[in-house]
Amino acid sequence: MEDYERTGTVTLDYLKKIGNVPSEERLKKGPVAMTECVQDIPCNPCAEVCPTKSIHMDNINDRPKIDFDTCIGCTLCMQVCPGLAIFMLDKSKEKPRLTIPYEMLPMPERGDVVKLLSREGEEIGEGTVVALLFPDKRYQSALVTVEVDNDRLLFEARNIRVVK
Amino acid sequence: MIDLRIHEHPILKFDRGRELRFIFEGKEMKGYESETIAAALYASGLKEFMHSFKLNRPRGIFCAIGVCASCAMRVNGVPNIRTCIAPLKEGTIVERQERRGEFPTNTVKKETKKEELETDITVIGGGPAGLSAAIYAAKYGAKVVLIDKAPKLGGQLIKQTHKFFGSRKHDAGVRGIDIAEKLIKEVLDNKNITVLTKTSAFGYYEPMTIGAASNERSTLYKIKTKKIIMATGAAEKSLIFENNDLPGVYGAGAAQTLMNVYGVKPGDNLIMVGAGNVGVIVAYQLLQAGVNVKMIVEAMPKIGAYFVHAAKVRRMGVPILTRHSIKRAYGDGKVEGATIVQLDDKWQPIPGTERDVEVDGIAISVGLRPTYGILDQAGVKLKFVPELGGHVALRNKNLETSVKGIYIAGDVAGIEEASTAIMEGRIAGLSAAIDMGLAGDDAVELREKVREELKDLRAGPFGERIRKGLEKVEVL
Repeated sequence: MEDYERTGTVTLDYLKKIGNVPSEERLKKGPVAMTECVQDIPCNPCAEVCPTKSIHMDNINDRPKIDFDTCIGCTLCMQVCPGLAIFMLDKSKEKPRLTIPYEMLPMPERGDVVKLLSREGEEIGEGTVVALLFPDKRYQSALVTVEVDNDRLLFEARNIRVVK
Repeated sequence: MIDLRIHEHPILKFDRGRELRFIFEGKEMKGYESETIAAALYASGLKEFMHSFKLNRPRGIFCAIGVCASCAMRVNGVPNIRTCIAPLKEGTIVERQERRGEFPTNTVKKETKKEELETDITVIGGGPAGLSAAIYAAKYGAKVVLIDKAPKLGGQLIKQTHKFFGSRKHDAGVRGIDIAEKLIKEVLDNKNITVLTKTSAFGYYEPMTIGAASNERSTLYKIKTKKIIMATGAAEKSLIFENNDLPGVYGAGAAQTLMNVYGVKPGDNLIMVGAGNVGVIVAYQLLQAGVNVKMIVEAMPKIGAYFVHAAKVRRMGVPILTRHSIKRAYGDGKVEGATIVQLDDKWQPIPGTERDVEVDGIAISVGLRPTYGILDQAGVKLKFVPELGGHVALRNKNLETSVKGIYIAGDVAGIEEASTAIMEGRIAGLSAAIDMGLAGDDAVELREKVREELKDLRAGPFGERIRKGLEKVEVL
């Protein structure tokens, strides 16, 4: 039994071990997707919508593997992912940027300072909302991009809490 | 005044329609035309819907889809009405009943009509399997009658606000509610399909005849048919613990129906029992409805749900306690809390690990069992198969049962999920049309393709259980 089957969370080390974390060099070039989809489940819309065919799966039960070199960070896979398991990371700007899918109320607004939550839902810092993508179709998930202070938050924050 | 209706939701918009007045035990109450009697009463804060026959214990909503009858009340003088599927009407008089209820007082008001229908295929159940079966049979010119006891078509798909898995061509990434909308529209637009909602199929008669009744239209139907597709779905299982009948203990699916179909908050603070896909998905949807989910307890050593579903609630701060279960519910006439306990590796409670959690709702998601009643009554050979959730029909690869001309599809054929139910519906619908001689080689080819796709979906590690179960019943 893998730890995540008991805890419902994965660790960054585990994600690195299975090759799901883009390199520092790639992150510096611009936004890139990373998945936290670690089980063999029958699902493949991310691979199907990818415009650059950067998400590879051998069959529908396979785990998605992203080719970080050809991923253009377009967020289409994030919007469609039923597991809300894809995140976008970017270190090409002054501060690191993290994009997460978000399906809760209240929705934040641009400029809001929001609490950043870990994979366990614990508050680990704050970030500033710099971009929002509202879905224009109901099947999509809203995306929230936050600017964060450091790498730890970029790699460990996976949710936000909006304080209004 | 208490009003548990949800007004803002990240995914759903609730169009409740016209405001209605009704009378509950002499008091004027407010409700909406899109609501059932039970939904309107629950929204006003009512928890105690009836009392048990023997011990007079309070009972509340458990299934919310017309299966368990723990919301039965006297409506306009008629006892034992399952208020969770009875649409609210202006001026309805509702009362709680004593035990089994007194004899109806208004029996002579309406005359019962009798209607005889003749059709090619009768589909019982308007969920994802039944809808797809009707569409695929009608595609080849079969005349179809589709029966469902609920006020709306769509079965349990109309409350699935999450995006579905699978592949794009099977609507992966699309929310269940939108898949339902699409299937329902296709059925309603199809001139070959006659839809009877708010209608219960109560029995099978020889030869190939279905009896059905609609309380709402005061009509008794005799449906002569050539083939029957049973897509009657499943019901939620309960769990044995002290006070498990206390109002406020309900199926996870009931919580989902209340909040996602009727826009009514099931409670303010909940505990979820069971961390399979249903438990974890419903927990996430409770959070979206503004309900605080205090924790999810799971007796197994590991989380049964897909990791990605579990991760969604974990990053919202909801703990999932594996090797934990509920020991008792407590409260005066309604749930005020739950005592949870840790289990050892032999599933026994570890003394001293009990702790109380203050909640006003306990949602149970410990699996579903197929609703096989009418199959049994029709004489179809059944077998108890734990991997498929309970009693299921023996069948061949075309989903035909031991009674020639009766087919099955969806959860009644084995507990799975909506995507596979849709595919089974297609197979059953195609098979019925093929066996009637309405459809030819192209339909046989299409059926083979659907079967292959279904096989692919079940090929992974999560499909192992179902594959094992099917080996025991695909024998005809």
